[in-house]
Amino acid sequence: MARLFPIRHVMGYIFSLVLSLVALGVIYWDLTFTAGIVILVICALIQASLQLVLFMHIGETSSKKQLYLNIGYAVFVGVVTVFGTLFTMIWGFR
Amino acid sequence: MKWDEFFVTGEPMIYGAMVSIVLVSIAILVGLTYFKKWGYLWREWLTTVDHKRIGVMYILSALIMLFRGGVDALLMRTQLAVPESGFLDSQHYNEIFTTHGVIMILFMAMPFVIGLMNVVVPLQIGARDVAFPRLNAVSFWLFFAGAMLFNISFVIGGSPDAGWSAYFPLASLEFSPTVGNNFYSLALQISGIGTLMTGVNFIVTILKMRAPGMKLMRMPMFTWSVLITNVIILFAFPVLTVALALMMFDRVFGSQFFTMANGGMDMLWANLFWVWGHPEVYIVILPAFGIFSDIISTFSKKNLYGYKSMVFSMVIISLLSFLVWAHHFYTMGAGAMVNGFFSITTMLIAVPTGVKIFNWLFTLRKGKITFTSPMLYAMAFIPIFTFGGVTGVMLAMASADYQYHNTMFLVAHFHYVLIPGTVFGVLAGLHYWFPKIFGFRLNERRAKTAFWLIVVGFNVAFMPLFFLGLQGMTRRMYTYSADTGFGPLNMIATIGAFVLAIGFVVLCYNFYYSFRHSPRDEHGDPWDARTLEWSIPSPVPVYNFAKVPHVESQDAFWHAKKHNVPLFKEGPYEEIHMPNNSGQPFILGVIMFFAGFFLVFSWFIPALIAGIGVVIMLAVRSFERDHGYHISAKEIAATEQKLRGDSV
Repeated sequence: MARLFPIRHVMGYIFSLVLSLVALGVIYWDLTFTAGIVILVICALIQASLQLVLFMHIGETSSKKQLYLNIGYAVFVGVVTVFGTLFTMIWGFR
Repeated sequence: MKWDEFFVTGEPMIYGAMVSIVLVSIAILVGLTYFKKWGYLWREWLTTVDHKRIGVMYILSALIMLFRGGVDALLMRTQLAVPESGFLDSQHYNEIFTTHGVIMILFMAMPFVIGLMNVVVPLQIGARDVAFPRLNAVSFWLFFAGAMLFNISFVIGGSPDAGWSAYFPLASLEFSPTVGNNFYSLALQISGIGTLMTGVNFIVTILKMRAPGMKLMRMPMFTWSVLITNVIILFAFPVLTVALALMMFDRVFGSQFFTMANGGMDMLWANLFWVWGHPEVYIVILPAFGIFSDIISTFSKKNLYGYKSMVFSMVIISLLSFLVWAHHFYTMGAGAMVNGFFSITTMLIAVPTGVKIFNWLFTLRKGKITFTSPMLYAMAFIPIFTFGGVTGVMLAMASADYQYHNTMFLVAHFHYVLIPGTVFGVLAGLHYWFPKIFGFRLNERRAKTAFWLIVVGFNVAFMPLFFLGLQGMTRRMYTYSADTGFGPLNMIATIGAFVLAIGFVVLCYNFYYSFRHSPRDEHGDPWDARTLEWSIPSPVPVYNFAKVPHVESQDAFWHAKKHNVPLFKEGPYEEIHMPNNSGQPFILGVIMFFAGFFLVFSWFIPALIAGIGVVIMLAVRSFERDHGYHISAKEIAATEQKLRGDSV
């Protein structure tokens, strides 16, 4: 029975809740803008890797090629969206 | 929310719609009871996890939505036919062009494409179902819940009226105080989640469930296009999900993401919308490219010219599609760097698209061409789409775009790519695969009549809009004065729109006519086609392939026919493991519909209860043990003998 209990999923769930609460805390705690953003970015990165490892079973496949291709594409789209938006809306704005 | 605002009032056409909705609903209920079809409907359709049936339901919903969006279009064209027309008032006109856009893109083009990929892709790769059949049913019912939620908005609460792109600040609570745009955010959210699941499902299906020997570079072009489309879905739709969630927070909970004060940024909505919106354009066009590739190669009796470059150009398009979004708002006032960058990336997309056009032309060259109805759509697609594409390159020039932006020229451009591209594509696909789905062909004569009405009507309807746009007629204006001189061209466009509508009526009549009169297809390969789906009987038995095919080359079925090699190994049938039907996806869809509906009106307690219902459904699914069922070898042998005769 112990082996059937999805301990990884439950832990993952608790971690995600904690990370969300920390992110929420940024608006309640009296922080400078930089500190707040740093906390948010770190939380986001941990959250994303948590989801990938614990819930999406990344790395459990035998073919590494597809895995890296997928991650590469995801990073491409993510980087383009974030920096593209900054470029369009702030840096490149007259 | 006051109760007297619950139903939309004061408009005779809306009252007519309400009466007809009630009458049709009663007719359906009475009909189902009278013919004792409730059990059939539940067992065979509402609970099905069979990819073919889910595909048929998608296509049927898409046709119904095509009717709804088409009526919207006819109302708009009627209003614009003459100057100073009083047919619609401005508010009603705003609601109609908004719902026309949303329905045609998200509830017509998307489900039509997804429906065809559901029916065809597992058959093309030699699989017995998609990777996650139950998830597939969830996808469909979430899409359907979203579509219905969006459609009831015109009788209950009022439709969204800020355009299909719902730009802020117009779509904000301040300038659109009715619940219309709440319907927009929630309906799109619910169906968008379904689409995301489809994306995951089909990527896994295509990567993991191909028949032995079918390497990636041996897949039919339609399957390739679907793979790439679903990759785009997987990466583009999360952006929409987030943007819609922020929109909902702004409108329902009073947050300030897209407001003009308090640190909000109104154009950020436009930015996020088009980060999703431009890849979305390729999500609906790439499968059409795949359909045309298969059809052109089948009816030219040649293998596809430049297979590798076709695949490569689609991959390039999928990457470039994420790099062009700001061309939708060149006039926002961004600097020359931004507009210059997006001009260049936009024009670059013409290169891989041009490669594809030439590949189709070279496939036709020296081919033995037969002009069947699917082939006619493909032949009309190439020149008309090229025309639309070239006007797109004109729009891509940022400096020139200041002249074209939001004029009828733009409207003509995107109809000139979406209709010959997506609509002709899905219609060609529907005519092509119809015998595979239902076991008989659509009547060619009537199909061709419909084709000519649609092609001629389309060009008459949209060609004048290019000139109107250049003369300065902007889009989304509900009336114009006679002095502008827009009248005659608008009248021509309206006449074209009605011819187009008659074409669709003939097309739909053809379903009925062919059902009554078409000879039944006995051998499963009416077109002498090339890919695996034609190697099995039509209509396809529930398990698709009695034996798993062994693939040795591209166009595996053609190869097997020409070189007389067996596609299926000799030997006895083996037991087949199939998934069980389930009512859960349907119930989940119904709950999501109500959750969305309550949130639209900010009725939080009922919405919370529905939300708990969703969580309960997820929990039930998690603890359920359902191992499917087995079809015995004896039963398969009996079915196959009935379908194929004694020879196999």
